[in-house]
Amino acid sequence: MAKKWNLIVDVARCDNCRLCFLAVKDEYVGNDFPGYSAAQPEHGHNWLDIRRKERGSYPLLEARFMPVMCNHCDSAPCIEAAREGAVRKRPDGIVIIDPEKSKGQKQIVDACPYGAICWNEEKQIPQAWPFDAQLLDKGWTRVRGEQTCPMDVYRTLQVEDDEMQRIQAEEGLEVLKPELETRPRVYYKNLHLMTQCFVAGTVVRHEGGVEECAAGVEVVLRQEGREVGRATTDTFGEFKIDRLEPNSRGYQLEVSASSGSLSIQFDLGDESRYLGTMTLAAG
Amino acid sequence: MNLSVLLWGIPQAMRAAAKVYPDYAARLKERNLVVQFRLRDKPEGRWIKLDNGRISTGKDLHTKPDLTLHFQNRAIAEEFLTPPFDLLTRVDAAKNFKIGLDGPDELAVWFMATLARLESITWKAGTDMGDGVVRYTSGTNGGPIFVYVKDGRIIRTTPIDFDETDAPSWSITARGKTFTPARRTTLGAHGACQKSMLYSKARLLYPMKRVDFDPDGERNIGNRGKSEFVRISWDEALDIVTKEIKRAKAVGPGAICVANGSHHQWGNLGHYLSAFNRFWNLIGVTRLMHSPDSWEGWFWGAMHHWGNSLRLGCPEFYGTVEDCLKEAEMIVFWSSDPDTTYGFEGARRREWARELGIKMVHIDPYLNHTAAHLGGKWIAPKAGTDPALAQALCHVWITEGLYDKEFVEKRTTGFDEWKAYILGESDGVPKTPEWQEAETGVPARDVRALAREWGTKKTYLGAGSWGVGVGGACRGPTGMQWARMMTILGAMQGYGRPGSNFGNLQFGSPLDFSFYFPGYGEGSFSGDLTYSANSANNYQRMPHIVTMSSVRQVIPRMWMPEAITQGKALGYATDVGSVQGQFFPVGYPSPGHVRVEMLYKYGSQIFGTMVDGNRWARMYQHESLKFVVNQSVWKEGETPFADIILPACTVFEKWDIGEWYNVGAGYVHHMYSMNNHRVISMQHKCIEPRGESKSDYDIFLSIMERLGLGAVYSEGGTTELDWCKRVFDSSDLSKHISWRQFLKKGYYVVPPEANEGRAPTANRWYYEGRKKDTPEPYPLPSDYVGEYLQGLQTPSGKFEFVASTLKRIDDPDRPPLNRYMPTYEDPVRDPELAGFTLKLLTPHTRYSFHVMGDDESSSVWDIREHRICNNGHYYLVARINRQDAEARGIGNEDLIRLWNNRASVVCAAQVTDRIQPGVVSAYAGSAQYRPAGEPGRSTDLGGCVNMLNPSKSIASKGHGMRPNTTLIQVEKWTGVDTWQPAEAV
Repeated sequence: MAKKWNLIVDVARCDNCRLCFLAVKDEYVGNDFPGYSAAQPEHGHNWLDIRRKERGSYPLLEARFMPVMCNHCDSAPCIEAAREGAVRKRPDGIVIIDPEKSKGQKQIVDACPYGAICWNEEKQIPQAWPFDAQLLDKGWTRVRGEQTCPMDVYRTLQVEDDEMQRIQAEEGLEVLKPELETRPRVYYKNLHLMTQCFVAGTVVRHEGGVEECAAGVEVVLRQEGREVGRATTDTFGEFKIDRLEPNSRGYQLEVSASSGSLSIQFDLGDESRYLGTMTLAAG
Repeated sequence: MNLSVLLWGIPQAMRAAAKVYPDYAARLKERNLVVQFRLRDKPEGRWIKLDNGRISTGKDLHTKPDLTLHFQNRAIAEEFLTPPFDLLTRVDAAKNFKIGLDGPDELAVWFMATLARLESITWKAGTDMGDGVVRYTSGTNGGPIFVYVKDGRIIRTTPIDFDETDAPSWSITARGKTFTPARRTTLGAHGACQKSMLYSKARLLYPMKRVDFDPDGERNIGNRGKSEFVRISWDEALDIVTKEIKRAKAVGPGAICVANGSHHQWGNLGHYLSAFNRFWNLIGVTRLMHSPDSWEGWFWGAMHHWGNSLRLGCPEFYGTVEDCLKEAEMIVFWSSDPDTTYGFEGARRREWARELGIKMVHIDPYLNHTAAHLGGKWIAPKAGTDPALAQALCHVWITEGLYDKEFVEKRTTGFDEWKAYILGESDGVPKTPEWQEAETGVPARDVRALAREWGTKKTYLGAGSWGVGVGGACRGPTGMQWARMMTILGAMQGYGRPGSNFGNLQFGSPLDFSFYFPGYGEGSFSGDLTYSANSANNYQRMPHIVTMSSVRQVIPRMWMPEAITQGKALGYATDVGSVQGQFFPVGYPSPGHVRVEMLYKYGSQIFGTMVDGNRWARMYQHESLKFVVNQSVWKEGETPFADIILPACTVFEKWDIGEWYNVGAGYVHHMYSMNNHRVISMQHKCIEPRGESKSDYDIFLSIMERLGLGAVYSEGGTTELDWCKRVFDSSDLSKHISWRQFLKKGYYVVPPEANEGRAPTANRWYYEGRKKDTPEPYPLPSDYVGEYLQGLQTPSGKFEFVASTLKRIDDPDRPPLNRYMPTYEDPVRDPELAGFTLKLLTPHTRYSFHVMGDDESSSVWDIREHRICNNGHYYLVARINRQDAEARGIGNEDLIRLWNNRASVVCAAQVTDRIQPGVVSAYAGSAQYRPAGEPGRSTDLGGCVNMLNPSKSIASKGHGMRPNTTLIQVEKWTGVDTWQPAEAV
């Protein structure tokens, strides 16, 4: 089995410093790489894009960032959509959109379910990130995003497919839109930070007429009677329970401490939820 | 060596070089001339004739030399000409007129440079990567980089990966884990976008003249910023500039003023403190007195409690990365967002702290990038009210006994008075958590919880974006109160105790602090011993000719528009030598000097970084300002406000040298302690300058030649590459790597100190009552009240809760006891501001460096957190709370107008929950200025949000900006501009 290229992206490590984004611009704007890609336009193309998500609401929330790019799918819809072999799969797994043959083939852009292919209006060609193949072919071992990333978001791996499957299982890696069965070669770690929800709250208590943060209080989350999460409040009485499915329903949150207890019922919508400040009733 | 042999050798060497090196042969064809070497006291010498590259020579005196190089006597000539050259001897001979040059200045510079080229022609730069690609190195404001060049074009820039021959990295073992930084340099976004900036459409490629500017007739001053420009030749441009310099000098001392942006491109030679400084000293100019604009509250306020004047009032930072990781249990980030401004080196260190379980608290009206990434508790006080929150912490500590009583007892003064104020004994208002809640909006319970945690756990206070000052809340109306509170909180918790100190892991890496390489603040070859830190080390180590301006006039920078339009501007000195240095008034006009008539504007635009910028736009059109020359790399918003434009080139198109993040002695000693590695890089001339652009050095030299000062400016034809060699030789680099190796490879990693040799932890000496042992030469010896190195730079030698130096200046904005004063703009207190209900924060930028990198072709423009494209135009992003946006019908990425009585600026909205309701945040770093109508009197579409900020000083008896918590109103942009400034000058 041949070794093929894969990329692992850790969502938890990304803080949107944008160096990978700028490295892709640096590599492709103004540079033609015959056989790989034509030069990217000065503005407007995000071959590597960074999606932004806020989880929660003021004043308890997270900001998360996820780099997205061509997934170099093994069952790539763009290859299907292309005429005259304008998009090809290399033996090492990399998908190349031929800058000559693809001329005028806008349907290649529309075929990508990830929005990772851009249309070059001036040159009338579809363009996507070619996995820095022009560098890997010259002996580079990392894509430029990894070389420049100060946060170690990326890992470029050249391994056999079964080895990659083992790594995926071991590290709990996910791919984008697995239900489409496109078999991406870009894998994500901590993807739940973009796709799942948390519920959070602040627990307070009253002591001699003074409001205090209720620290060290056990919080249990149940869904239809079954425990689905558990947390302990921190110094500021805050807690957070993560990895809940969007639009899941029928939650009951139970907070109990020696100074009192409370219970809240709620449903989740599309987004994470901050339940606000909850005061322990004397119990 | 014998003089006749030496002189005979010169033409021989030139012939030999021309044979081997075609470049040298070509150079010899550039001029036809006869040069005479001779002694003054005897008719002896030798002439050399160049005729279309052919060399002839004779051992006598020529009848008609074009250029004569004369020596006082034989001994001096022999000493001067015998290799290897001793710089001190040569500089001594030149500045004491032991040698001299007669003939046209330009010819003299050319010939001397041709002689120097005999050596440099043999030097090689860069690494061959195959396929016709050469890898060079450079230095940017965002860090050092590799530069890949093919066929005269830069194809790629990347961070520098270290190889096995580079020095090892340091490591820190804390709580059973060992941490070591990645073996490479890291970059800021503004360093990573440099290729796009180099090839930008906004590059100025040719000298230009405003079409309606006639230096000998109608100047149409009122059309600055409005009229088009026409391309002219370098000769015409330089002749006009030189003529104007002469005209202005004839008016009187001070008629020429120089202004530069906050920073220039990286590099010891190209920095404004070097090439520009030497230039202006030789011309004699009115300087602008910059305020410590990233440090204001620390400088004007905090300094009075503990000194540290040569750190602009901020604390030391040595050893704090190691101490924090080993000892601390919590880090409080207060108005501290290092990930935005400097994250690229320190962000991983903060992750190590998180890995070790160190708790994090973030206090900021904006859930800043550091806070968002690290997590922890976010506390959002109403913008500008932070000092009240800090005082309530003191209240809990005092009432619950949670402060370092021994430190307070032994190392501080004035605590009883402070305690009485906090408890309300002196003013009837106890500064309780409930009291602060009414002011800050922060729940009292959170303040109690934080105070108890802090009072019982070893805590690092990361104050400001560096953790040891800079940016954020110190730049606002309550900035002095806030910075003062930071010192007071530190003192109450015994700063210097293991695990209790100042910092956020951004500064204080365990590097080598004894290896000398000059920082940019040392002024390189400026020769300026007064306004750069040249005299501390650089002047001894790199002999060069001292320069000194005869003009003493200074304008406080923030009020330059008033100086020009009203003829008057009074401020206070930014003098870091002592605490009381800042009490000295600085006035314009100065006695015996004349009003400014000419402005030499250099580098990046001021509109984006200075407050109330509409004043600047209007200033440019004032009749008293008869001539403006703008020397810049890029066409920015301010560039067209000129009569002549001189195109400078980027770092990639000229030679320079520098150490990343090293300012040297001056105002932040050992600033490179922010870095994971000390990296000194050659800034190779990777490609030829684009168009007709030239290096700043060459532009200044051309003007100097027209004033007969070329040989003085260049010290006899020293080129930038020669200066790089002189800087190299002056540093400790030359002890570790040869010049040729360094020039070829392009960088050097300074080995860190071994564990035992690491610098002591900051402030530990003071905590333990020992003599100062940290490696900084501050304070000055005369500033110790007792024994040298014992105690602080205060009148008592101790930390002063009630600042006694403030009793020496009666400033209502900074009473000796740091009372809470809500001095921010308030529509309730000030009915004129009714209607302006939102507070604007204008922090330092994340993706550009001040304005650098914010250019129309910059790849940074595609970052949707920086600018957003709307109908072909890119608008600066302003962050607004979801509730405030909904109330105004504003959706994400909608164009919005931010306005008050000073300015009106169109931005693109980022609707977010990350900002407190009532607050809008936009980075103060626009390089654009696009007035919708009359410049200075209409809405700006370019994003100069700083124009909304007031030009009022942070201190009544000071000169500092307060560009935060300014009141504004926001609405959806209609596209129709009806705005007018309230008080147009």
